[in-house]
Amino acid sequence: MNLEISGLVQRYGTATVLDGLELHTGDIRSLVLVGPSGGGKSTLLRILAGLDVPVAGSVAFDGVALSRNEPSLRAYRRTVGTGFQAYNLCPHLTAMENLLLPLVHVHGLSESEARARVREPLERFGLATHAHKRPSELSGGQKQRIAILRALVVQPKRLFLDEPTSALDPEMTAEVLEMIGELKHLGTQFVLVTHEMGFARRVADRVAFIGDGRVLAHGPPAEIIDRCNVPRVRSFFARILP
Amino acid sequence: MPRWLAHTIVVALFAALIALAFSRVNYAWNWAGVWEYRQKLLQGFGVTVALSLTSLIVSTLIGMLAALLLGSKNTLLEAVGRVYVELIRGTPLLVQLLIGFYVVASAVGLENRYVVGVLLLSLFSGAYMAEIFRGGLAAIPQTQRDSARAIGLTPWQSFRLVILPQAVRLVLPAVAGQFVSLIKDSSLLSVIAVSEFTLAAQEVNSFTYSTLESYLPLAAGYLMLTLPLSAVSRLLERRYRYEA
Repeated sequence: MNLEISGLVQRYGTATVLDGLELHTGDIRSLVLVGPSGGGKSTLLRILAGLDVPVAGSVAFDGVALSRNEPSLRAYRRTVGTGFQAYNLCPHLTAMENLLLPLVHVHGLSESEARARVREPLERFGLATHAHKRPSELSGGQKQRIAILRALVVQPKRLFLDEPTSALDPEMTAEVLEMIGELKHLGTQFVLVTHEMGFARRVADRVAFIGDGRVLAHGPPAEIIDRCNVPRVRSFFARILP
Repeated sequence: MPRWLAHTIVVALFAALIALAFSRVNYAWNWAGVWEYRQKLLQGFGVTVALSLTSLIVSTLIGMLAALLLGSKNTLLEAVGRVYVELIRGTPLLVQLLIGFYVVASAVGLENRYVVGVLLLSLFSGAYMAEIFRGGLAAIPQTQRDSARAIGLTPWQSFRLVILPQAVRLVLPAVAGQFVSLIKDSSLLSVIAVSEFTLAAQEVNSFTYSTLESYLPLAAGYLMLTLPLSAVSRLLERRYRYEA
């Protein structure tokens, strides 16, 4: 994906969360957004995923600009997949029903076609035995993996994942990161917001540091995480890295 | 101890206590006199059932509409909802019935006290339903709506497939409670001379001077309506809870 962002501005009420953000990635497969809380990472991700419309500025993937009107955005959202930090899955449906929901109600598959499509991914990621369970019977890691699967089974152009492991304990975090690592290996394009720097180093083609509503640094992971010259960025990593 | 046994023991103890209290009062029971008026009581019971059922449906609809108003981004619409809810919840049903029937309905030319009674009762209960529905909708995490949008569901699909099923499970206990209250509140329609169950019991009492024999069947009759309602509600809650 080739992501071009120009002059992106976003406000919530009187607060300006994105302040003229610029980002030009070139052709990459995975982008990881890092930075302090409240810096604008999630806000940016929501705009990229087509959930929110910015106040000003433009976003284009592979030369195609994101629309500003809701019907076009809905059509766009159907071509991508998004996962949030928690409460992704419908609690009143089983894991399988959650997976079938977008396939049947949005993409017009019949139930049998949908079931056929989800069978292989469920098995590949070791979730087939859990498919009949409700979210209340699943661990946090299983829930997040089913949520990512649900985003995947519609065969999206790219995935947007907002801190998928921030609400999980270390063991479940590892389980989810392993899945995302495998997706990277399979060639899936994604934009990931995370605090897991070790993981970011492994899977990111590019890392962008978002702070004060702007991109403060952008480049290959090692360059940003280990060798960045921007003081603000360096002090952030100095504090959080072991 | 099995639950049915425990329930039966407690009810039996309670009944024994009541029987004991009655035996000390030296009351001259006159069931025969009241028995003569059983037709009247039965008719009143029938009217109460009809009024309650109709009001249940209408108040649920009003409640949904008001909940939509309360959640509206339009300040005027939200104001309509808020003023309605606060006014109705803050004043006694008695006052609403008297002013509603003798002043407003007369002014508008609506004379049928049954129709007006159902309308007023529904407006009353609807305000409480509105708050119940609004609370239920607010309790659903925002991420659920975000997820539904992210999948590409239309607003109607999101509401039908994601939001509504969760909201129904959340509000079921409170709505059942409101239904039970509604059935009992319908007794107040007697003040605008609607010939429902309570008015029938009052009239039988005035004919026979047998107060307890008139009102005990009244209590039993309402229990016959409210107990099944509670049981059905508990059944539905068990069937629709999130754990398998």
